[in-house]
Amino acid sequence: MSETKFTKDHEWVRLEGGIATVGITDHAQNALGDVVFVDLPEPGRVVAAGEACAVVESVKAASDVYAPIAGKIVEVNGALADNPGAINAAPTTDGWFFRIEPADAAEVAALMDEAAYAAFVDTLA
Amino acid sequence: MADSNEPLLETPLAALHRDLGGRMVPFAGYAMPVQYPAGIMAEHLHCRAAAALFDVSHMGQAELVGEGAAAALERATPADVQGLKPGRQRYGLLTTDDGGILDDFMVANLGDRLFLVVNASRKHLDLPRIESLLPAGVTLRPLPDRALIALQGPGAVAAIATLAPGIADLSFMGVGSFEIAGAKVLVSRSGYTGEDGVEVSVPAERAVAFAKALLALPGVRPAGLGARDSLRLEAGLCLYGNDIDETTSAVEAALTWTIGKRRRTEWNFPGAERVREELANGAKRLRVGIRPEGRQPARGHTPIHEAGGAAPIGEITSGGFGPSLNGPMAMGYVAGGLAADGTALDLMVRGKAIPARVAPMPFVPHRYAR
Repeated sequence: MSETKFTKDHEWVRLEGGIATVGITDHAQNALGDVVFVDLPEPGRVVAAGEACAVVESVKAASDVYAPIAGKIVEVNGALADNPGAINAAPTTDGWFFRIEPADAAEVAALMDEAAYAAFVDTLA
Repeated sequence: MADSNEPLLETPLAALHRDLGGRMVPFAGYAMPVQYPAGIMAEHLHCRAAAALFDVSHMGQAELVGEGAAAALERATPADVQGLKPGRQRYGLLTTDDGGILDDFMVANLGDRLFLVVNASRKHLDLPRIESLLPAGVTLRPLPDRALIALQGPGAVAAIATLAPGIADLSFMGVGSFEIAGAKVLVSRSGYTGEDGVEVSVPAERAVAFAKALLALPGVRPAGLGARDSLRLEAGLCLYGNDIDETTSAVEAALTWTIGKRRRTEWNFPGAERVREELANGAKRLRVGIRPEGRQPARGHTPIHEAGGAAPIGEITSGGFGPSLNGPMAMGYVAGGLAADGTALDLMVRGKAIPARVAPMPFVPHRYAR
């Protein structure tokens, strides 16, 4: 399995076979609380790095999810419509949001690694 | 409202909240627990199934004493205070001279005095307003040294009655004094969740011991502001600052029932002219319940259109997901002609129209001990 990378907006990204899978981190799901709905992008949509392209709704509030890298949305996790709780239960596996075909795979490599992200989260406490 | 740069105030239970793992957030100038480790959903459902303990000590408590206190308070509210019997409590509105809502509040008749509970975010306005209307001989005494703790849910009264059996004899909106965990407390059978339960006014120095005594009872768990908000919205109850404010009238807010019958013949409360005109001719807008189709919540400030309509006819004031309803719910204001149950609406969420309908409230039936 490839290395998981992280953004300051609390998304994780995993590049496998040239396609990047994106979700939100355990820290993010814990801060959001119980997720009740997700609004996912249309496959085929071309997104810029940092562009809001999904919305996650918890009991408490709505939050944007951003594209960590530029590229084209090639697949979304349709299972979340019936089971948004997967984002809380398994944020980095079953709770993935969408897959991006990167415009430039090097953008993924430039994101934070797990240790850097953990250090970043510590600064927020 | 406290300036955002001012340090947050704490209730007497602040340390207990932290011990319980509460996630503290700023609310009305206080550091308050929005949730505990169980989470909003679990805390909400536990309240509907058993009993939840809420710290509402940030709310303002006061007593009004002296000959003619009830008549004096009627100078600030359209509620029938003079008709309130000893041992009974009532929900009412404090109104502005223009007929807006200054605050919503509870008033109880304790026999020798009136006991008031007002919102945390409004107490700095409410208490001076009431005081400015008092005649000689009637005195308003703020009670900043008292905590207020709510125990809500179908198991709440049975649980607290193991400590003071007389509480079980109170009916909905009944009030009495009891001694619990070494503290003299004032108990009202009321709350803001739609469930049976009590709100208890406790001397601040006894509040921690009292809360711990309740939390030790079978079935009682702590719940935070997040659950309190989803519970009150399912119950169709207004949050001041969201659903009612100084621009909304009692008629627009569908709170005409809080205006005493006698008061509607006397018309001697602040803003009576506006209320009278709106009762006669209809209000321009009305607060209604709204059920969005599907699962997506529509939050406060979402524009409301008539189904297929191009222009907004109102706005959501509170919206979210109801854990007991298992679906999205909202309340908001719509133009007077579009307030009938079943009216088709579009809610404009992030530029997309979500179909919705005007729906009766409460969304989850009240279970008060009438």
